[in-house]
Amino acid sequence: MKAVRIVQGTAVPLDRTDVDTDQIIPSDWLKRVERTGFEKGLFSEWRDDRDFVLNQEQYSGANILIGGLNFGTGSSREHAVWAIQQYGFDAVISPRFADIFRNNCTKNGLVPVTVSDEVNEQLIRAVEADPTLEITIDVERLTVEAPAVGLETTFPLSEAIQERFLKGLDDIGLTLRLATDIDEYETTRKPWMPAQA
Amino acid sequence: MSQPRTLSQKIWDRHLVTPGVGGAPDLLYIDLHLIHEVTSPQAFDGLRMNGRPVRRPDLTVATEDHNTPTEDQDKPIADEISATQIETLRVNTQEFGIVHYPMGHENNGIVHVMGPEQGLTQPGMTIVCGDSHTATHGAFGSIAFGIGTSEVEHVLATQTLPQARPGTMAITVNGELQAGVTPKDVILHVIGVIGTGGGIGKIVEYRGNVFENMSMEGRMTVCNMSIEGGAKAGLIAPDETTFEYVAGRPNSPVGAELEAAIEDWKTLATDEGAVFDEEVIIDAADIAPQVSWGTNPAQVMPIDGVIPGPDDFDDPNLANTAARALDYMDFEAGTPIKDIKVDTVFIGSCTNSRIEDLRAAAAVAKGRKVADGMRTLVVPGSGLVKQQAEAEGLPEIFREAGFDWREPGCSMCLAMNPDKLQPGERCASTSNRNFEGRQGRGGRTHLVSPAIATATAIAGHFASPEDLA
Ligand code: SF4
Repeated sequence: MKAVRIVQGTAVPLDRTDVDTDQIIPSDWLKRVERTGFEKGLFSEWRDDRDFVLNQEQYSGANILIGGLNFGTGSSREHAVWAIQQYGFDAVISPRFADIFRNNCTKNGLVPVTVSDEVNEQLIRAVEADPTLEITIDVERLTVEAPAVGLETTFPLSEAIQERFLKGLDDIGLTLRLATDIDEYETTRKPWMPAQA
Repeated sequence: MSQPRTLSQKIWDRHLVTPGVGGAPDLLYIDLHLIHEVTSPQAFDGLRMNGRPVRRPDLTVATEDHNTPTEDQDKPIADEISATQIETLRVNTQEFGIVHYPMGHENNGIVHVMGPEQGLTQPGMTIVCGDSHTATHGAFGSIAFGIGTSEVEHVLATQTLPQARPGTMAITVNGELQAGVTPKDVILHVIGVIGTGGGIGKIVEYRGNVFENMSMEGRMTVCNMSIEGGAKAGLIAPDETTFEYVAGRPNSPVGAELEAAIEDWKTLATDEGAVFDEEVIIDAADIAPQVSWGTNPAQVMPIDGVIPGPDDFDDPNLANTAARALDYMDFEAGTPIKDIKVDTVFIGSCTNSRIEDLRAAAAVAKGRKVADGMRTLVVPGSGLVKQQAEAEGLPEIFREAGFDWREPGCSMCLAMNPDKLQPGERCASTSNRNFEGRQGRGGRTHLVSPAIATATAIAGHFASPEDLA
C-alpha cells in the first residue's frame, strides 16, 4: 500500500444516505478477476443520469468524495474501494461508514474520514456553493480543514491504522512477523474443529 | 472471579493470538475460511506476487455460487467473463491444495448453505468469507463475519486477521409470534426497528424465547441478515437444537469427541450479569408478516399496511431516503401493499433457500396455480437441498403450480448469472437486499418470506397464504 500523509484538493458532494456498495459498483463489474480497471464501473447506473454529481463539470478533477450517513453499506465487495480510488478519489468523508467498507478502505490507502453530521452537512453545502473549495485532510494530525469557509475539525483513526497509512505498511507482512505466536496458538485449538484431509 | 462476559466476548477471547496493545487491533485466529469465485481471484494473485503459500489449506473450503447459471449446469457457462472467474477459482484451489465443490457437485451450493450443511460450521468458531452474509453461520454460536478481498488474502496467508474488538448488542424478542410470522418476518421487523446502521461496529446476540424456539434453519435466516442492520456479525447461543443439527454431518466430531465438544459448547452462553453496549427489546406479538417497500432493508411494512410517505418520518435523513426510494420504486404514498401487482417471484438465496423454506413455499403452492404472466424462480441453496426436495416430491408440486424449478446458486439474489430483472420489473423476493438494481438494472425488489412470496405468485399481487382461495 502507498503511504498517505496529506490529501489535498476539491470534493464531490454526494448528498445521499445509505449509499450501498451495489450502487458504488454494480455486480456486473464483479466478474472481473483483475484488481484494476474499475473506474468506469463507479456508480455506473447513477452516472447514466446526466445530472448525477459525478457528471457535473464543476466537480471534475476532485479527489475527495463526500457522502452521507451509512456510506458503503451492504456487500463486502472491495471492488467498491478500488473503483472509488481508481476513479481518482484519495479520501471519502461521511458521518458514518459501514464496517467492512471502512476496513477495506484502510487496506488500500483510501482515507475514511468520519465527521459529525453537522460538519458533513456544512462541507456538502460549502462545496455545492463553491466547487473549487480546497479541502485538506491531514492523516498525521487527523484533521480536516477548509480554511476558505473557516472549517477545521478532527477525525478518528486508530493509531495502528494511522501508522499503516503514514508508512504504507503491508498488513500481511506485519502479521507474518508474529508467526511463532500463531504457531503457538494453533497448539491450543480444540481438537474437534473441522479440517480437510 | 472473572468479569461476566457476553457470548461474543467469550468466543473472541478464545481466538486471541495476540491482544492488541496501545490501540492496535487484536490478532484473531480464524477457524474456517470459506471462499467463492467473486472475491478471491485478486487475493490469490496477491499471494503469488509475494511468493506466499496458503497457511492452512485444510481450514479453507471453496464453492462456486454467485455466477453459476441455474439451468443447464452440465453445459459450459455461456457468459465468458463468468466462465473465466469460475475457472480461475478452480485453478487457484488446485494450485494451493484447497477443497473445492464445483458446479454440479452435490455439495456445491451457496457458500452459506454449504458450510452448515457439511458440518463445517460448529459452535464457538471464528468463520470468515469474502461475503457479507457470512453472519449466517452465527446461528450456531460462532463469530462469523464478511471480509474484503485484502482480508481474504490476509487469512489465506496467515489464518488470522487483525481486528478491533467490536461492541456488543443484544436484541431480545420474547413472547408469542402471531400465526403466519416466520423467521424472515422477525429479522425484517428487527432491521426496521434498528435501521440499516443500527448495528455498525457491533456483534448482535439474538436472545429470547422466539430464537430459542426456532429451528437451526430459521436461526440462519435471522443471523444472515444481521449485516442488513449494519452489524459486524450476529449470533445465537448454541443449545440442544444446535447440537442435534451439527451431529452426524460430514465434518462434525463423533463419539467421545462429540461428547467433549458438546460439553464445551454448553459453556458458550452470555454470563449472568454481563452488560451489552446496547440492548433492544421487542415484543414478539408486535411482529407482523413483512414486505419491504423501499430500497434498503430497513424500509419495511406489515403486509396489511400501506406505502408510507416522506411525511411519515420525523428524521429528515429518513424522509429524504424514503422520497428517493418511492421515486425509484414508482409508488404513491398511501397505496395498500396488498394492491401492488408483482411481475416476478424469486424463492432462493442464502437467506431462504434451505429445505424448510422450500417446504413452506410448497405447502402454499400445492394444488394452486401461479397468476397469469407471473415469472417465477425457485432456486434451492445447494445440491443437497435439491436432492432432499426431490426426495420429498417438492419439484413436482412447484411445477404443477407453474413455478420454474431450477438448479442451485445465488441466482437472482444479485443477478450475476442470467437470472435478472428487467428495468421496471417488480419482484417479490426471499433474498436479503432490495438495493436499487440489486436483482438487475432498474429492477424493483420487495423482500418477503417464502410463504408470502409463494402466495404473491399465486395471487398476482402481495398476499398472505390466508388470502388465497
Ligand atoms: S445468495 Fe445472495 S446474499 Fe447470499 S451469498 Fe449469494 S449473492 Fe450473497
